[in-house]
Amino acid sequence: MKTDIILAGVGGQGILSIASILGDAALHENLFLKQAETHGMSQRGGAVVSHLRISDKAIASDLIPLGSADLILSVEPMEALRYLPYLSPTGYVVTNTTPVLNIPNYPELEAVLAEITKQAQHVAIDADEIAGEIGNKRASNMVMLGAAAPFVHIHADKIEAGISRIFAKKGEAVVDLNIKAFRAGLQFALDNR
Amino acid sequence: MKQNLFLGVEAIGQAAIDGGISGVYAYPGTPSTEITEFIQNSDKATEKGIRSKWSANEKTAYEAALGMSYAGKRSMVCMKHVGLNVAADAFMNSAITGINGGLVVTVADDPSMHSSQNEQDSRYYGKFAMIPVLEPSNQQEAYDMVYHGFQLSEDLGVPVMVRITTRLAHSRSGVVRSEEQPQNQLVLPADPSQFILLPSSARKRYQSLLSKQGEFEKAAEESNYNKLNIGSDKSLGIIACGIAFNYLIENFPDESCPYTVLKLSQYPVSNALVLEMQKHCEEVLVMEEGYPVVEELVKGIFSKKIKVSGRLSGALPRSGELNADLVALALGHEEKQGPSVPDLVVNRPPALCQGCGHQDMYKALNEAVDKYSKGRVFSDIGCYTLGALPPYKSIYSCVDMGASVTMAKGAADAGLIPSLAVIGDSTFTHSGITGLLDAVNDNSNIVVVISDNESVSMTGGQESSALGKIEAICAGVGVLPEHIRTLIPMKKYHDMMVKTFEEEIAYEGVSVIVFRRECIQAAARRLRKEKKMKENPKKMAQ
Repeated sequence: MKTDIILAGVGGQGILSIASILGDAALHENLFLKQAETHGMSQRGGAVVSHLRISDKAIASDLIPLGSADLILSVEPMEALRYLPYLSPTGYVVTNTTPVLNIPNYPELEAVLAEITKQAQHVAIDADEIAGEIGNKRASNMVMLGAAAPFVHIHADKIEAGISRIFAKKGEAVVDLNIKAFRAGLQFALDNR
Repeated sequence: MKQNLFLGVEAIGQAAIDGGISGVYAYPGTPSTEITEFIQNSDKATEKGIRSKWSANEKTAYEAALGMSYAGKRSMVCMKHVGLNVAADAFMNSAITGINGGLVVTVADDPSMHSSQNEQDSRYYGKFAMIPVLEPSNQQEAYDMVYHGFQLSEDLGVPVMVRITTRLAHSRSGVVRSEEQPQNQLVLPADPSQFILLPSSARKRYQSLLSKQGEFEKAAEESNYNKLNIGSDKSLGIIACGIAFNYLIENFPDESCPYTVLKLSQYPVSNALVLEMQKHCEEVLVMEEGYPVVEELVKGIFSKKIKVSGRLSGALPRSGELNADLVALALGHEEKQGPSVPDLVVNRPPALCQGCGHQDMYKALNEAVDKYSKGRVFSDIGCYTLGALPPYKSIYSCVDMGASVTMAKGAADAGLIPSLAVIGDSTFTHSGITGLLDAVNDNSNIVVVISDNESVSMTGGQESSALGKIEAICAGVGVLPEHIRTLIPMKKYHDMMVKTFEEEIAYEGVSVIVFRRECIQAAARRLRKEKKMKENPKKMAQ
């Protein structure tokens, strides 16, 4: 069993919170894990990517080889497309549809979304809207994590437990909000995969 | 055994604490910053009284670490690759003085220049100084090498370099810790002349360093980090250095590699291992992250009949970081790739944050210099270097820490008037002060802009050595008080900022304009912390 995940987004969107929850859940399942992050200059609003590898066997490379990612999980639609060469023929693209418009030449959003729907296996979800409905747009990353959960070889309950542990310090209300967001994303993915 | 999920840099920080250091010295620089931050944030380090505050630059950090070693205690100094250029004088000479307490020099190289001006390979520095270099292939080795590095340093009597690269620094994996070592007692060097590099004793010390080279090589030959695995297929042999070993294994899962492999993680290169390898292969492919250090070197060890390939031969790219895909290509494996990137995808370069004070400074600067020809603003290394990109396009240089001041001075000396420098607060105290002194002593006609956001921001908001000291430093160096101007970079003060620029450009001498406003990221962090404190004062006070 292995799940190779490309986590993509824009510096400042907090993709590392998704990575740390999956990492925590994997470690509790006694799985092997490697997770390469982007630190430094790109964190100032540039394209950021994290390679997250989970396996029941020892993992060699910190980076996922091209053509072998089981999942591209992107919290921004154009960023999902940037890493397509990493996608395996059986892999899924799960992306937020709300763009981050911090560059003057951002392409037409409809064209971006059309490229995503061209992919054989994809889930496109407006995580910001769903998180807003739940009560806090900042929970959109947890909506995304939920939407990706069916494609990760860790049971959704175990990921939820990871959310509880990671957010425990911030209080019960924060945990509840994030779990609610996670479940909403999960339901969307199950309905729309 | 308990696995700790550590970034490579965190593993190194933990290893230094567990390995018995009494102090860590560093200046922030990607990808090395989090090593020191880890130690600063560690309760265990606080409890043990481990000294960990930021130094003004890598040279002061290195010298302080050497001083701690002189006093018999274990110390670590950390920096990014270009930081070792700053510390090079101390580094080279510390190989000659040798150490007393164990000294580990951790250098983080940045191949592919994710956050750097070059991709120089610190292993050359290790060879240059003739000291042992350890290059971990994974996070566990990073931990082990630093943990045991202090003992190795004490056994061999020289500083030991641990060289990592960006991928290892910023990748997380399970790490098992070793037993905590106590700190050393304060004890001075047995030979009181050991650290006096007057020619007469320096010659002796240098001979001592030369005479130890065989011992260093023997240590590498016997090192557990270096492994020679004999393969059944003699057509090819592979030397895999540091993290390149992982990329090799990625291509041969489940121990399926048929070739003889020399995993190389401790230097100097052991001739004995290389000559043993020679018996089992007809050709050799060298995989290394960085420059072709080993590829060049082993050509002189192998028999001329053996063809050596690698980054120099073109089997692997000459520049940039390695990955499993490049290694696969070099091995002649079939190329795998997912769908191509659609044409509509555009680059998303980093940019100054919305609301950042540097933006307001650049807007005023651009307006003030608009009447002159372009190419008059020299700059430096920090967030404000992003002022080179649209929409500002304000600056024309970014070379090394502090170079804005001195390059502006040199250009002014050549007749480029006006000539301006833009430097950050922390970069100014790192390496800008001495340049400003040169300019004052020469009465150079320059305007130095110190864009002071009161933190080391590009690396994540570390405490700046310059905090609250800039005007006093400038005055102390000899800038006339009436030409040290301080402004708040905000939209509402735009006209005043432009006017100040014009006035100081008109002045024929050294002017300093300080633009001071808290980094927007630091302000957000501070407000979050204050809010938390308000909500839960008891918990925060603990």
